[in-house]
Amino acid sequence: MFEHLLSRRRFIVETARMISGVALLGIGLGLYTKESKSLPAYALRPPGVKSEDDFLSACIRCGLCVRDCPYDILKLSKLAEPVALGTPYFEARKVPCEMCEDIPCVKACPTGALDKELTNIDDARMGLAVIVDQETCLNYQGLRCDVCHRVCPLLNEAITLEPRHNQRSGKHTLFIPVVHSDKCTGCGKCERACVLEAAAIKVLPLELAKGELGHHYRLGWEEKEKAGESLVTPDREHKYNLPEGLKYEHDGKGLLKDSR
Amino acid sequence: MSANSPEKVGEEAVLAKGWWRANKWLLLRRTSQLLVIVLFLTGPLLGEGYWIAKGNLTSSLTFDILPLTDPYVLLQSFFAGHELISQALIGAVIVTVFYFLVGGRVFCSWVCPVNIVTDTADGLRRKFNIKGGARFSRNLRYWVLAMTLIIAVISGSIAWELINPVSILHRSIIFGFGYAGFVILAVFIFDLLLSRQGWCGHLCPVGAFYSVLGRISFIRVSAVNRENCDDCMDCFLVCPEKQVIKPALKGAKKGTGPVIMDKNCTNCGRCIDVCAKNVFKFSNRFNNDMLLNESKKEEVAP
Repeated sequence: MFEHLLSRRRFIVETARMISGVALLGIGLGLYTKESKSLPAYALRPPGVKSEDDFLSACIRCGLCVRDCPYDILKLSKLAEPVALGTPYFEARKVPCEMCEDIPCVKACPTGALDKELTNIDDARMGLAVIVDQETCLNYQGLRCDVCHRVCPLLNEAITLEPRHNQRSGKHTLFIPVVHSDKCTGCGKCERACVLEAAAIKVLPLELAKGELGHHYRLGWEEKEKAGESLVTPDREHKYNLPEGLKYEHDGKGLLKDSR
Repeated sequence: MSANSPEKVGEEAVLAKGWWRANKWLLLRRTSQLLVIVLFLTGPLLGEGYWIAKGNLTSSLTFDILPLTDPYVLLQSFFAGHELISQALIGAVIVTVFYFLVGGRVFCSWVCPVNIVTDTADGLRRKFNIKGGARFSRNLRYWVLAMTLIIAVISGSIAWELINPVSILHRSIIFGFGYAGFVILAVFIFDLLLSRQGWCGHLCPVGAFYSVLGRISFIRVSAVNRENCDDCMDCFLVCPEKQVIKPALKGAKKGTGPVIMDKNCTNCGRCIDVCAKNVFKFSNRFNNDMLLNESKKEEVAP
C-alpha cells in the first residue's frame, strides 16, 4: 500500500520537475522572443511587411525572398545580429531596394509574411526617408546638391525641392528637400546616394519617422475648403481709421494710396 | 554469447557481412543528409542557371515547381496568429504525407543535419567509453514541443525558430554561418559530455513533432529473424532510441513485434547494419499483425 503511494508521489515529483524545467526554458525563450521584436532602425524589411509584430508571426525564415531578389539586396539575419534570427532585411546605406516592378520577393514568400496584396511596388512602405540632419544637408546650407531628389525613383513626387529664402546670404534661395510620406516607399536610394560621409537623409521605420496629428485636430483651411465657406463668423466689412488719402481693401490689394 | 563492449559495436557484423553491408544504411543516410544540403547549394556554387532547390528546410521550392514546407514551423506560425495561405499549406501537406508514409522521424535520421553532429557525439561516447551525465525522461521533448507552441501563442511570434539548432544549422550552411557554430558546438558538447543522446533523444521538439506525425506511419523496421538474436546488444548500443527495440526483439513471448511500432523509431536502419545475425530488416507496419496471427494459428494447431 505504501509502495503504491510512493510511486504516485514519485510520479507527481517527476512530472513537476519536467514541467518546471520546461517552464524555465519557456520563460527564457519568451523573454528573448520579446526582445527580438525590437528591430534596429537601420534594418529595413522587404516590401509587403505590414508590421514587425505581424511579420514575426508569419516569416518562417526560409530565405526564398533572398533567393529571388535579383539584386542580392536582402539577407537573412545571422546569430548575434540584432535582427530576429533568420529573418530577411536590408540596409539602405549599403544597398537600397531596387523596387522591381514584378516584386519577386513578395511572389516568392510562401507564407504571406510579405503580403501578396502588394502588387504595385509604389505602394510599398518599407520605411520613410527623413532629413535627419539639417546641419549637414548641403541643400540646407544653400548648395544645390539635390542628389537625394535626383535619385528618387518617384522623382518629384516622394521628394520635392521647396524654395525658401536664404536668410544667411539674404538674397539666395534654399532648395529644401521635403519627403512626402504618401509617396515615399522607403526604398533607401536617397540614403544610399547622400554624398556626405554619414547620410543626412535616412530611411527610418514608419512608426519612428511619422508623426500623427491628434484625431480631434481640424485644420481651418482644410475644413473651409471642404465646406466651401468659412466655418467661423463671416468676414464683416471692416471700418479702418486710416489717415487722409489712404484706404484698405480687405480682399484685394491691401493698403492703397488715394491717387487723387 | 555475452554483450559486446561499446567500442566494439559492429565489429562482428563487419566480419560476417563485410564493411559495406555492415555500414550500408549509415552510408545511405549520410548521403541523403548531405544531398539535402547540396541540393540547396547548386545555385550559389555553380551559378544562376543551376538551381535545384531554393530556400531551406523550413520552406523550399525545388525545380521552381515543388513547394515543401515544414509543418511544425507552419503550425507555430498558425499558433502565433498568422493566417495560413495555400502556397505554404500545399508544401506542408506534401511533407506531412511523405513522412506519414516513410516514418515521421525519418526526418531526424535521413534529413536533419544536426543528426550528424549528435551521432558523432554518441559515436565518440562509445569509442572513449564516456558514461553518465544528466538523465531525464525521453518524454521531456513533448513538454518542450507544447512549450514552443504556447510561447508562440503568448508572444505572437515564431519563437522557437530564434534558437532552433536544426534550422540554424541548415540555414547557416546555406546562407552563411556568423556565430551559429557556437549553437552547434553547444549541442555537440551537450550530447558528448552532459547527457547521452540528450538533444535528439530527449529535448528536440522538432523530433517530437515528427514522431507524433509518424505515429502510425507505414514503413517500419522489423526484427523478422528475432529467433536468431544472440544477445550481443550491438543494436541497443547504436540505437538512438533504444527503448523502441525491446518490444519488437524480445516480445515473442508477450506476443508483441516483430515490427518496431514505437513512434520514436527513426528508421535509421543502424540496427540492421550492426546485426551480424541479420535479425532486422525494413518492413511495414502491417507485417506485425500478420506474423502475430500466424503464431496464434500455430498455437491453436494440435
